[in-house]
Amino acid sequence: MTRSDVFRSVQDICRDIYDEDNLDIRDSNNSDVIEDWDSLDRINLVSAVEREFQIKFALDELATFQNYGSLIDLIIEKLK
Amino acid sequence: MSKKERKIEYQIDSDFILRKKKSIKKELLKKDNLIEKNVAILGGSTTSEIKNILEIFLLDNGINPNFYESQYNKYYEDALFGNEELDKFNPDIVYIHTSNKNIVAFPELGSSEEEITTLLKNEVKRYKSIWSSLSRFNCAIIQNNFEYTVDRSLGNLDCYDIHGKTHFINQLNNEFSKGAREIKSLYINDINYLSSYIGLKNWFDRSLWYQAKYALSMGSIPELAFNISKIIGAIFGRTKKCLVLDLDNTCWGGVIGDDGLDGIYIGIETAIAESFTSFQKYAKELKQRGITLAVCSKNDFKNAREGFEHPDSVLKFDDFTSFKANWDPKYENIVDIAKEINIGTDALVFIDDNPAERDIVSSQVPSVVVPNVGNDVIHFIDHIDRNGYFEPTSLLADDINRNEYYEGNKKRSEDESTFKSYDEFLVSLSMIAEIKSFSSMYLDRITQLINKTNQFNLTTKRYTAGEIERMSSSNEYIKIYGKLTDKYGDNGLIAATIGRIEDNQCHIDLWLMSCRVLKRDMEFAMLDELVRQCKEKDISEIVGYFYKTAKNNIVSDLYDKFGFRLRSKDNEDTIWNLNISHYTNENKFIRVQND
Repeated sequence: MTRSDVFRSVQDICRDIYDEDNLDIRDSNNSDVIEDWDSLDRINLVSAVEREFQIKFALDELATFQNYGSLIDLIIEKLK
Repeated sequence: MSKKERKIEYQIDSDFILRKKKSIKKELLKKDNLIEKNVAILGGSTTSEIKNILEIFLLDNGINPNFYESQYNKYYEDALFGNEELDKFNPDIVYIHTSNKNIVAFPELGSSEEEITTLLKNEVKRYKSIWSSLSRFNCAIIQNNFEYTVDRSLGNLDCYDIHGKTHFINQLNNEFSKGAREIKSLYINDINYLSSYIGLKNWFDRSLWYQAKYALSMGSIPELAFNISKIIGAIFGRTKKCLVLDLDNTCWGGVIGDDGLDGIYIGIETAIAESFTSFQKYAKELKQRGITLAVCSKNDFKNAREGFEHPDSVLKFDDFTSFKANWDPKYENIVDIAKEINIGTDALVFIDDNPAERDIVSSQVPSVVVPNVGNDVIHFIDHIDRNGYFEPTSLLADDINRNEYYEGNKKRSEDESTFKSYDEFLVSLSMIAEIKSFSSMYLDRITQLINKTNQFNLTTKRYTAGEIERMSSSNEYIKIYGKLTDKYGDNGLIAATIGRIEDNQCHIDLWLMSCRVLKRDMEFAMLDELVRQCKEKDISEIVGYFYKTAKNNIVSDLYDKFGFRLRSKDNEDTIWNLNISHYTNENKFIRVQND
């Protein structure tokens, strides 16, 4: 799975969760989008990602990612 | 979207529901005839996503919920001491989402038997005080029992040594069950069963607990919400009443018309035969607790009937209240079945192994529930059971006997034709009614009747058990029930009327009757008694209300028939009044015993 495949899947998940077909996320480590979320939104995203990719994040991994870019890094790392 | 595409019935697709909840909700909000209910969620752990998903299942059940959600882990405080917001919210349902994480203290290894008994008592006491405090809302209370803990340091001993967590939880759950048997408005949400069904290791997610204090995994939340929605649906009368079965490859293996009685699979001789026998046994269990059975099959009547004469057939011809075996389209037969039994088509669940037949029935009569059961009988029970179509809130003697009434009805209709006039037929029935004020013995049945009667119901007002209890002891209401017996048997309690007294007028807030006693003049006997009680209270005028719904057209002219005068009209809703100073009794055929 290439980075852009993972990126597209994460974007699809976000589009579903927010029910906005045109939602665009940015694959960047500068974006602060996720930090704006409340913790329960973040949980919903993480668990949807876990189910989609059939992976399970460790607690310390969950503490590290702050934005979509680092989330995607983490997914790619887990998929290896 | 069809049910199948939405994946919100068995087998529910949790991932899909969690991801698409917003668009599913949007779609469901387009439904007609949604009823609004106030649901308070008092959580002992995080409930945010439970609320979101429960909303979807309730909408699918025709209920549009408003929610109150307690602050994190404030279930006890909210229940006991309330707060302004909750009090104003005035819930119809309080759901208490507690789990083994809320157990204050498990037994310690050094504890004596006495200490453990005290622990248990204290734990149960906390919940009993919650339940009794909540009675101030006169609402239904749905209470989780406890799931087992995933870890059990005592191993298998955990379930039988008194220090074990598993043992302690079993005892707690027993006490909860006792509580629910004693308190009418208390319903148990059996997460002990549900977590076993899903598998405890799937049910609980340690990581999610540490991160967000959810006491169950994300993937289990849809199953939990689905289960709660079945209870709420049952409380508000959404339960189905009749199971309609196809025959060939549904009730038995093979085709009776081709294979003959000796050729069909039923019994325990082969695996295939046994799978059909199990299905018949399940249907028989439903029948024994009051669900009506019917047959809808493309077959010659004679062949179809013969199938149930097979010595190994669990179901017999007489188990079916309606039996349609012919070559007409099934959707026509289904409509006839509903008519014959006198229930709405939306009270039917149709099981057929043939996808084409399922499609045509669900497209022609969309109100009939037609689960996508596939073509293997081995899965049929799960579709009926897991979808909770026949979820009962309690077992009443009336439910268990109901089938007899319907069967009696069949006999009655046969008799009708042999009389010269309908009046003569009514006389022949030797009807005796008991029409009296509500008494505590009948409150359960009255509440049940009020919450599930849709057709012969003038206002379709729903009341909780608590509200009924309060009115029955109040002088501001005339509240009468009717029971009817005839020469074929006891029809049970089948009518209820509630009149609110205000300024020498009696306003009929509720007037309803079970359709199994239609055209028996029971409504006139009820009116006579209402008028009699009004006169006792020096009331001179009765005001009647008809609120139109999709189902109650049958009573749109009831007050007209009663001789009321039309006072006002708002679209199809009407208000009527009757001056009772010169009223003479209208019932001629029923001997009445009153207070």
